[in-house]
Amino acid sequence: MRKVLMKGNEAIGAAAIEAGCKYFFGYPITPQSELPEYMARELPKIGGVFLQAESEIAAINMVYGAAGSGVRVMTSSSSPGMALKQEGISYMAGAELPCVIVNIMRGGPGLGGIQPSQTDYFQATRGGGNGDYRLVVLAPADVQELVDLIIEGFDIADQYRNPVMILGDGMIGQMMEPVEFKEPKKRDLPEKDWATTGTEGKRKPNIINSLYLAPEELEKHNIKLQAKYREIKEKEVKVQSYNIEDGDVVIAAYGTTSRIVKTAISQLEREGYKVGLIRPITLWPYPYEEFQKINDECKGILTVEMNNGQMIDDVKIAVEGKYPVYFYGRTGGMVPTPDEIVKKVKEIHGGEI
Amino acid sequence: MLRDKRIRFIVGHYGSGKTEFSVNYAIKLAKLGKKVALADLDVVNLYFRSREKTELLGKLGIKVIGSGIEAPAVDVPSISPDIVTPMQDTSYEAIIDVGGDPAGARTLGRYKEYIVDGDYDMFFVLNANRPETQTVEKAMEYLRRIEDTARAKVTGIVNNTHMLKSTTTIDVLRGQELALELSRKVNIPVRYISTIDRVAKELPDNLEGKIFPMTLYMRDEWMV
Repeated sequence: MRKVLMKGNEAIGAAAIEAGCKYFFGYPITPQSELPEYMARELPKIGGVFLQAESEIAAINMVYGAAGSGVRVMTSSSSPGMALKQEGISYMAGAELPCVIVNIMRGGPGLGGIQPSQTDYFQATRGGGNGDYRLVVLAPADVQELVDLIIEGFDIADQYRNPVMILGDGMIGQMMEPVEFKEPKKRDLPEKDWATTGTEGKRKPNIINSLYLAPEELEKHNIKLQAKYREIKEKEVKVQSYNIEDGDVVIAAYGTTSRIVKTAISQLEREGYKVGLIRPITLWPYPYEEFQKINDECKGILTVEMNNGQMIDDVKIAVEGKYPVYFYGRTGGMVPTPDEIVKKVKEIHGGEI
Repeated sequence: MLRDKRIRFIVGHYGSGKTEFSVNYAIKLAKLGKKVALADLDVVNLYFRSREKTELLGKLGIKVIGSGIEAPAVDVPSISPDIVTPMQDTSYEAIIDVGGDPAGARTLGRYKEYIVDGDYDMFFVLNANRPETQTVEKAMEYLRRIEDTARAKVTGIVNNTHMLKSTTTIDVLRGQELALELSRKVNIPVRYISTIDRVAKELPDNLEGKIFPMTLYMRDEWMV
């Protein structure tokens, strides 16, 4: 298929449909509203259902119901709306329901603003909902990768019976870029024999639930979930790195920010600096091991984010105190510029901070 | 450009490149010594709007009119009352960057009294690489729906077929075929072929419409 030019939010919708998603429940919020708009237009054409719920809370619970019946289903929102969905997300993780949840982040806290941010890293990776649960969190850096990760995200969700979150900043939702739709690598997906599809009198009813009143049962359930999370950690880490064997400074950044960092690195290289990059594509499971490959002479790790420092905690866990960890971030919808990052790297390189 | 009507409305499917075309058009006119106003009527997009370039355009003496609310990023469909200034004041060369799609063009209905046949140009920006305007049928449907909601007729087609910074002459020439086909169906001429400088230099000079070389003001250095 020839490349076309799509806005991030539209591309999410097209990719989801490509992946076999026929159900979307959501509530509009800037800067992701082109996605429900796209689904409202396209899903009825393929016999699917688009439903604008009365609230984000209703929408995520509709996703719970649809996922329980075994179909591919998606919801999306932006930061404050995602905060409202947390209860339903925890319930889905508890009931082991596969779905894809898209968060196109805007500035916070509270109602915040509508410009891009990465302020929901904690919410996505530490769980905004209750309980010992994990989401697979995928962080695309361009619209093509966004499409690829949406398509693969549905497979990951089905393979592990777990919600998958796509965490993008407002920029990636609003940005127009060339995309093509490619077949994902085939995964061996299990039958959904747990789904509530009707017994036809031939088997016991399947029950979708996250309530376990007997402590022994709930602990057993938690042990099972943890085993699943361990397997995801072993098999699903995605990361891209550049020149970490040689960089005097290594930058850690994800999503749109990583692209600005790449531009900064090219500029620094033209001036003779050696700078590496670690770009996590999965924020959970986090690519901790990649940081072990950083050269011993590296002067420090610089974390760049569109927030006040959230992923920096994972970077510190990853480097285990071996290197100093620095931070540069902009907030409120301000996007860092390559020049600002160049300046910060030079400060670290020159031992000024 | 100087032969175009004093008031130029820029319309099209969103993502076709209306804003980039509008900003380039305004700057070219300003460089010819004209008194230029660029009005941003975009209530559809939230990012990448021409009002973000107010500072750059202001330095060139271009009057930029955006939202009535003093914030670069509001998702309130508010338009400054000042927008009628360049419509009424005939000393201005006016470029009105209209929001994408029929939904965005609806704002134009409000200014119907200033949209007098023969006194304005309305350019339909077309990008053959956008999935929604890849075929002549789809492009024609967009054009007609925009005319209906804007309550004004398109007077020229702009072939702005691009793939951002990786645009090639092949993209532009394929877009030109679509633009010509659309032109024949709706009986509206292809007025401009707008494309980045690099590609503009490589285009043959016998194409219908004036080649309009552009600088990408709306794409930051790190974007593709």
